[in-house]
This record gives sequence, C-alpha cells and structure tokens, in this order.
Amino acid sequence: MRKQLPKIYIALLLIMLYSPILIIIVFSFTEAKVLGNWTGFSFKLYTSLFQGGVHHSLTSALWNTLIIGLIAAFVSMILGTVAAIGIYNLKTRTRSAVQLVNNIPILNPDIITAISLFLLFVSLGITQGYTTVILAHITFCTPYVVLSVYPRLQRMNENLYEAALDLGATPFYALRKILLPELKPGMISGFILAFTLSIDDFVVTLFTIGNEGLETLSTYIYADARKGGLTPELRPLSAIIFITVLVLLLVINQRTAKKRL
Amino acid sequence: MRKAENIITIGKVSKSFGDKLILDNVDLTVKKGEFVTFLGPSGCGKTTLLRIIAGFLKTDEGKIVISGNDMTEVPPHRRTVNTVFQKYALFPHLNVFNNIAFGLNLKKLPKEVIEEKVMKVLKMVGMTDYEERDVDSLSGGQQQRVAIARAIVNEPEVLLLDEPLAALDLKMRKDMQMEIKAMHKSLGITFVYVTHDQEEALTLSDTIVVMSEGRIQQIGTPTEIYNEPKNAFVADFIGESNILNGVMIQDSLVEFAGHRFECVDEGFAVNEPVDVVIRPEDIYIFEHSDAAHFTGQVTSSIFKGVHYEMMINTPEGFEFIIQDYHQFNVGETVGLRLKPFDIHVMKKERLYNTFEGTMVDKTHVRFLGASFECTENTDFAAGSEVNVEIDFNGVILQDNEEDGMLSGDVSFILYKGNHYHLTVLTDEDENIFVDTNDVWDDGDRVGITILPEAIRIVKP
Repeated sequence: MRKQLPKIYIALLLIMLYSPILIIIVFSFTEAKVLGNWTGFSFKLYTSLFQGGVHHSLTSALWNTLIIGLIAAFVSMILGTVAAIGIYNLKTRTRSAVQLVNNIPILNPDIITAISLFLLFVSLGITQGYTTVILAHITFCTPYVVLSVYPRLQRMNENLYEAALDLGATPFYALRKILLPELKPGMISGFILAFTLSIDDFVVTLFTIGNEGLETLSTYIYADARKGGLTPELRPLSAIIFITVLVLLLVINQRTAKKRL
Repeated sequence: MRKAENIITIGKVSKSFGDKLILDNVDLTVKKGEFVTFLGPSGCGKTTLLRIIAGFLKTDEGKIVISGNDMTEVPPHRRTVNTVFQKYALFPHLNVFNNIAFGLNLKKLPKEVIEEKVMKVLKMVGMTDYEERDVDSLSGGQQQRVAIARAIVNEPEVLLLDEPLAALDLKMRKDMQMEIKAMHKSLGITFVYVTHDQEEALTLSDTIVVMSEGRIQQIGTPTEIYNEPKNAFVADFIGESNILNGVMIQDSLVEFAGHRFECVDEGFAVNEPVDVVIRPEDIYIFEHSDAAHFTGQVTSSIFKGVHYEMMINTPEGFEFIIQDYHQFNVGETVGLRLKPFDIHVMKKERLYNTFEGTMVDKTHVRFLGASFECTENTDFAAGSEVNVEIDFNGVILQDNEEDGMLSGDVSFILYKGNHYHLTVLTDEDENIFVDTNDVWDDGDRVGITILPEAIRIVKP
C-alpha cells in the first residue's frame, strides 16, 4: 500500500490538472449547446468552426491571434538575438547588470506590464489596435528570446567569430555565415517560446487592443463568456490549440534534450 | 639579400585593460621567414601582443607595420596574416573541406582551384580523405591539423599560432612540434608562435622573445637565451639554474656563496652587487680533492633518465642544483668547480624597493596607499614629496593578510641559493620585492608589514 501511495497521489494530481481540458476535448465531439450534455458523437462543431460565416468573428479572432503571434515572435527573435550578442560582448560587470535588467520584465506581473504599456501608448498618442498589441507582445517576448539564445553564445568557442574575420570575412559576413548558424537552435526555441507566449496572452492584450473592434482569441473568449454561455465552437478550437501547444512543447523539449547530448 | 627584410615591425606598442597595463612600450621586429616565439608566464602579455598583430585588439599607443604597410588601424579581415587558435575555433556547422575552403571562397576563386588547394593542404597536414568529415568527430590533434590547414591554405605572409598545442597530450604535442617545424621549413613563411612552454620555444624557434609583465625581457636565438640570459628572470624561466646574489670585486672577479671566482665579465663598478647565474650542468662535481673550488654535501640525488639531479649544501649555507652523468650518494662530501665562462654575471634590476611618497609628519610617511611609521625625520616638511627606499629584507610577509599594513599576492618566486626573492603584487597594483627565508607559494595571499627602521626617506 505504502508503495502505491505516491502513484495514487500523482494520478490524482494529473487528473485534477488535465480533467478540464480533457472534458473540453471530449465534448468537442458532440453537438450539444450546453457543456455536459452528450448527444452523440459528431464532427459538426469542427466543420462549423471552419465554415466561417456564422462564426466570422471567432475565425477572425483566430487569424488575428496567429498573425500577431507570428509577427511578435519573429521581431522579438531578431531583437533578442542581437541583444544576446551585445550582452555577451559586454564587460563582466556591465553584463550581469544588463542580464538582471533583462530578467525583470520576466518576473514582472503581467498586469503591471499591461498598465505601463497602456499608459505609454496613450501618452505617446499611438492609436490602439494592431500596432500596439504587436509592440506590447514584442516587449514581453524579447527577454525570453535573450534567455534562450544567450546559453548558445556561452557554449560557443570564443574565437569563432574572430576566426572568420581572420580568414577574410567582413564583420557582417562572419555574423551571417558563422555566428547565426551557431545560434540558430537557440533562436528557433526562442521563436517558438515567444509565439506560444503571444497567443496565450490575455492581460497585456486586453489593455493594448483598443476599442476599434479588434479581437484576439483570448479577448474574444472573455467577451463571449461575459455575454453568458460560451459558443460551442470554442470547444473544438480549444482542443486544437491545446494539441498545437502540446506539439510545440514536445518539439522544444526534444531540441533541448538533443542539445544536452 | 631579401632575407634580412623585416616583415613585422612593432613600434612602442602599449595596451591596457582597464587599469591594468598589459603591454608596456613594446618594440620588436620580425624578419621575413623567421620562426619567432613569444615566451612567458601567463599574464605576461604574449597573447595580447599576438592578438594585436592579428588585429583583434587595437593598440592604445604605438603602431604595427606588416610588410611595409601601416596596419595599426586595419581590421583583421584585411590583414595578410592568419591565425591558428588555441582551441582550434573550427566552424562546427561546416565539414573539414568547407572549413578549409572558407577563406578561399571569400576570395571568390574558381571551384577547381579551391578544390585543388584544399586537397593539397590536407595532404600536407596528413589529413587526406578527411574532407567530408564533421569537425566534431575529429580528435584534438586532427582538429588542430585542420585549423593549421585552414590558415595556411590562404598563403598568408605571416602565420600566427596562439599556444596551438596547449590542449594536446605530451606525445601528440611532441609529434606536432616536429610537424610544425617541418611546415615552417617547406612553406617558407614567417611564423609567430606563442607559448608558455620553454622547451617548446627552444625546440621550434629561430628567435625567442621572452616576456614578463608586459615587457620584453630578452630577444635572442634559443642558444643565446639559454647560455646568456640577460637577467635573473630569463635565467629562471628558461631551463633550470642556480641564481645567487654576488658582488663584483673587480673586472673578471666575482664573489658569491662565500667564495671568490674568476669570471669573464667586465665593466661593472667595483663592489657592485650583481646576480650570478650558473646552469646546473655547468658545475663540475667530483670526489673531494684539491681541484675543488669549494665543497658541499649531497642532500638529494634523483635519476632523471640521462643524468642525475643532485642538491648540494655548502658549509657556507648555500644550496646548489647540479646535473651530472655520475651519481653521488646522499651524505657524500663532494668537490665542486666552476669554469670562468660558465659563470654568468648580470646587472641587478634593482637593489632595493623604491616608491614615491609624501611626508605626513616627522614620523609618518605615506606611500602605496597607506601611512607608515618611520624613524624621525626632520629633513622634509610635512606634505613634501619624497622617495621611499626599502631594502628587500626590510619587508615582512605574514600568513594572515589582516596582520599586515598592506595585503597582496605572491606573483613570482626566485630561489637565490640561501633565501627566496619574492615579487608581491599589492592590492594597489604595485610590485614590492621581498627577501625571505620562509617558503611561500605562487599566488599566496599575504599581509605586508614594513618596519619603521627599514624605511629610508630620500630626495625624489
């Protein structure tokens, strides 16, 4: 019995953690309007989700989320990589100071980031919409990219860049042909991380999205829930997002496992 | 004669990192086709100098001329030199062929030419058939061969090698030394080599540049450096030696270890204190007889393969290290004899410590960032600038750094036969030189105390 206890504990814990999402996935394969009613197996919610028309606002929210996520992840990948290279080349003392500054936004509560960005955009007079959401997402994603690229630089042979210069490469060519290929795995991990953070975000998005009717998934679902009752099509959508994030996570984990070898 | 042409001229180069002076006014010329080695302990500035030649570092002062062109401000990719790095620095995402072809591709040479050159250089470093291999799959020695191939395929005017063999095991190192030497011969280009291994320097070089504390101590051929070391540092760093304090009685007569010896050195002042260096293999050792200049007792005897290495104590209290093919047993009394030209007499770099200071009051003087008590002095008013002189034996070192008025690290140790001459780097980044009978280790943290009566105050 004693031996079984830890296993039972773990099983209970996992059930607690995953039952909500499992319930949604299970009930995405039935037509009932109300969650909890099983009216037979069906793909109808999936097909109506992708037919558009009826749920135009949901699909447009999905597209907005993906586009914002991709742009924010791409830009923060570039910014974060450049920042990591810069930090790597600083003197030891300045370097640890800058690294600390990089880590603060990561630990900072979302709500603080959200309010400060909101106030910044208002005071700068930038119209809230696509631009502000993307800028905000870049802001909180970039430090994570720095964190995923920097270890690659640390493990890299310190003379690699110099060796390329020595062989006649211009600084830009050495960066492109030697440094970037070395950093690529870290940059890709950083991109994936930034993308998932972006599509996941609610608080910062809500404060920077404005009231011009722009919706991302998170704000759409929030508004939908407040109207009373969730659109049934959210169930298949949640299932799809969950599976996508799961796959992305597995990819990231496999990459880190490979790096350790 | 083209042979005497200078390919590298380093003119009055200085370089600091932060407050620390790494290179102090270095002047050097390298002849075309020469194999030059920068030799010195870690932190002596040898790698910094190499990196300045390569262009990775800018000089604070001075200039670098390579084959007649001022290169001081030219970035590394436009210099006609190539570097072999200590940790190889091969490009991990490229295979052996593409690593070597990297420089040639940049020159936009036709494909066939590149292929031909790469194959030729691979053959030269004994790595034929490895061109498709991943660089990570190669051993350390093989990686170093590829690194050398990658540099020489560009046909540089100068090949710079930064401790290229330091990461290899002893056997591999010996083999590679021979190959590098052979490569230098067949390529005919100038090699500038950095190492802290004196044996490696002696084996490989045409010219050795011995460096210490950012300064060049001596430039010469291996035999010159070994046989005629310019100062006690060089003598101690290259090979083993007996280094003793001596006094030049007159031309060709020097006194040390309690005896007077005939020597070949002239031009010193009468009774000038000097350093005397004797190589361990230059002392004749034999059963005690009338031919002996002096005697001693064997305290240890170790077989070193070809010769025996013996420690001898003389009745006067000096210790000598001697190498000889014949063994003498521990406890045996032996006769010792020196030939005049085996006694190397060197001018002392300094006879006592000198610091700049200011008088605080009649009995206190401030230098090295602290105030010291001194014997009463009325010659100088409070606040006036003075020079402070302290004899080497006037400085006392303590185990506990808090016990001293200053603290510092032992940075260099020289055994002088009956005492140690230490260089201690204080936390103020000043060297203080100390004679002591106590045994300290390199890098020991020490407290430094200076007795009031050891402080001499003189006019600046």
